[in-house]
Amino acid sequence: MNPAPLVAVVGNPNAGKSALFNALTGARQKVGNYPGVTVERKSGRTVLPDGRPVELVDLPGAYGLDPSSPDEAVTRDVLLGRFAGERRPDGLLIVLDASNLDNHLRFALQLIGLGLPTVVALNMIDMARRDGLEISAERLSAELGVPVVETVAVRRRGTDATREALGSALLGPKRAPGGVHADVHRQARSVADAAIVSETPVRRWTHRLDRVLLHPIAGPLILTLVMFTMFQAVFAWSEAPIGWIEGGMAALGEGFTAALPDGWLRSLTVDGIIGGVGAVVVFLPQILILFLFILLLEGTGYMVRAAFLMDRLMSRAGLSGRAFIPLLSSFACAVPGIMATRTIDNEKDRLTTILVAPLMTCSARLPVYTLIIAAFIPERDVLPGINLQGVVMFGLYVAGIVGALGAALLLRKTVARGASSFFMMELPKYQLPALKDVALGLWQRAIIFLKRAGGIILITTVVLWALASFPQAGPGEKQTEVSIAGRIASGIEVLVKPIGFNHDIALALLPSMAAREVAVSAIATVYAIDQADEAQMNQSLEERLSGNWPLPTALAFLAWFVFAPQCISTIAVTRRETNGWKWPLFMVTYLFALAYLAAGATYWIAVAAGL
Amino acid sequence: MTVATPSAQFALPLDQLRVGSRARIHGVDWSALEEGEACRLKHFGFDEGVTVEPLHQGPFGRDPLAVRVGRMTVAIRRTHARAIKVTLGA
Repeated sequence: MNPAPLVAVVGNPNAGKSALFNALTGARQKVGNYPGVTVERKSGRTVLPDGRPVELVDLPGAYGLDPSSPDEAVTRDVLLGRFAGERRPDGLLIVLDASNLDNHLRFALQLIGLGLPTVVALNMIDMARRDGLEISAERLSAELGVPVVETVAVRRRGTDATREALGSALLGPKRAPGGVHADVHRQARSVADAAIVSETPVRRWTHRLDRVLLHPIAGPLILTLVMFTMFQAVFAWSEAPIGWIEGGMAALGEGFTAALPDGWLRSLTVDGIIGGVGAVVVFLPQILILFLFILLLEGTGYMVRAAFLMDRLMSRAGLSGRAFIPLLSSFACAVPGIMATRTIDNEKDRLTTILVAPLMTCSARLPVYTLIIAAFIPERDVLPGINLQGVVMFGLYVAGIVGALGAALLLRKTVARGASSFFMMELPKYQLPALKDVALGLWQRAIIFLKRAGGIILITTVVLWALASFPQAGPGEKQTEVSIAGRIASGIEVLVKPIGFNHDIALALLPSMAAREVAVSAIATVYAIDQADEAQMNQSLEERLSGNWPLPTALAFLAWFVFAPQCISTIAVTRRETNGWKWPLFMVTYLFALAYLAAGATYWIAVAAGL
Repeated sequence: MTVATPSAQFALPLDQLRVGSRARIHGVDWSALEEGEACRLKHFGFDEGVTVEPLHQGPFGRDPLAVRVGRMTVAIRRTHARAIKVTLGA
């Protein structure tokens, strides 16, 4: 049997392509990547009125067949049948924003010129009417020579008519590839003029909203408020679900502990697999909440405004305004932050943003910072009402931001060199996104995270478990010294001694590769094992630390964690988003180098200062 | 050359056009732009004879600009707007 005909959904960015694609295919979509590039490929099925199935593929939005971004290059190559691994579409569904006809028609004319069976969806027709535009689909169809259907994709209107038109277009006679007018701009304008029946100037909603939201003073204030709300939500709403997940994982662990006999199998299941899966799943609540906000901000059109407001500041670091939200998100967790860089259209800008995102102080660093600060920094006021502990914590955040901006500047001049950061984008009309589209987007992000990052994390956790568990300690020996991990720690110790780290820290560094907060439990374990004398038994971890570590070592440890890329999830997601091991390896290397230098400098300055 | 309305005589870079005033594109210095930038500007519809109107400015250093071009509003940086020459009185 022949495969179902492939129809490409294609059009300008902001034409409502994805909404129409969602409306036609429903929730059964396959999300993947085009081979060799980090451009997302979405496909799904729809059934024509006569019962024939059709495969739809949602091509990246483009302005023309002459690409100015990697996404647009994919669109062109697929349409021309030049993309290896993707068959040439049998038909086109061109999506036009009805209120932006003259601009969107230019690409449409080029597409119609390809000669494939074509249907044009005149989308967001309701918004065009609201803007005072009266457009005749019949006249447009006559001008273009292909069927035109009116749709309102976010409200799921016009889908039946689209399916019907697709059915007849695919069965219909072949059209010969037509020439495109030499001046496609003028042609587009004249077709638009012919199709527009009347235009009543009205004060547009979007313009009125922008007057407030892009106001030089009100704009940044509102943005601050929106971001503040987002952060509150990410931390406040995720607390309970994280608790349930941790509780569930603990219960599962206990269940298996009871069910399995003591031995390596139990240890692998409980400490390795359940612990590893738990470490991944525990990120989900924050990721979902953050993405809920990001999808809403994107769907309403506010995201582009945020980028507009922040572009000037970001450009100082060689980044575009588009990098603002991903970097801000990275304060919660670099994983969703890096996933959110997909909205950055310039490849070099995007790469730079990914590489510096881990420098933003994520929530996993907090347990480490809190422990060390509580143990070593005296709780006294440096100024009335300003606590020294708070100042140190604030300093660590600032160190991360300064580090990120500096690294971005440097990267833009070296490995991510290229055209200066790029900021040219359409400010689309504000609209209410369809809840279904938001829900679908959330679901797809969750699956991507669990599948792609989860696989790598699970493997690494099991490997780390094996390193820490074998060979098993005999009587009178310590697991932390006999195990492979213990021996590696002795090796690491040689490397980190110059920056003031001791064997305990070296041992904690290895398991905390999985996630930074593991460092705390690892250190706790070390001291739990070494609690030789009775007097130490009753001490808290903080007291024990302050008794065992000199102050310069503690400060160096803090400086280390500002930079060190100790998070398997981040590395895994960077591999996915950059499509290979080159950039995650580079990221890990440069961040470890920075961490080493920062910790070393901190240690020696502190020693020299007599601390 | 007779002195008519100066605005019609001298093309002004788009970044010097006041917010809210309309002008017609006199020409674009494509050579001042990198290939991808020029391409994107063309895609947005920046072309000789098209009417443009700056609508908003960024809060920091009055950069970037939000410009209405045709029926679309686009954000561009001042450095790029400089390459677009406009004449008033559209």
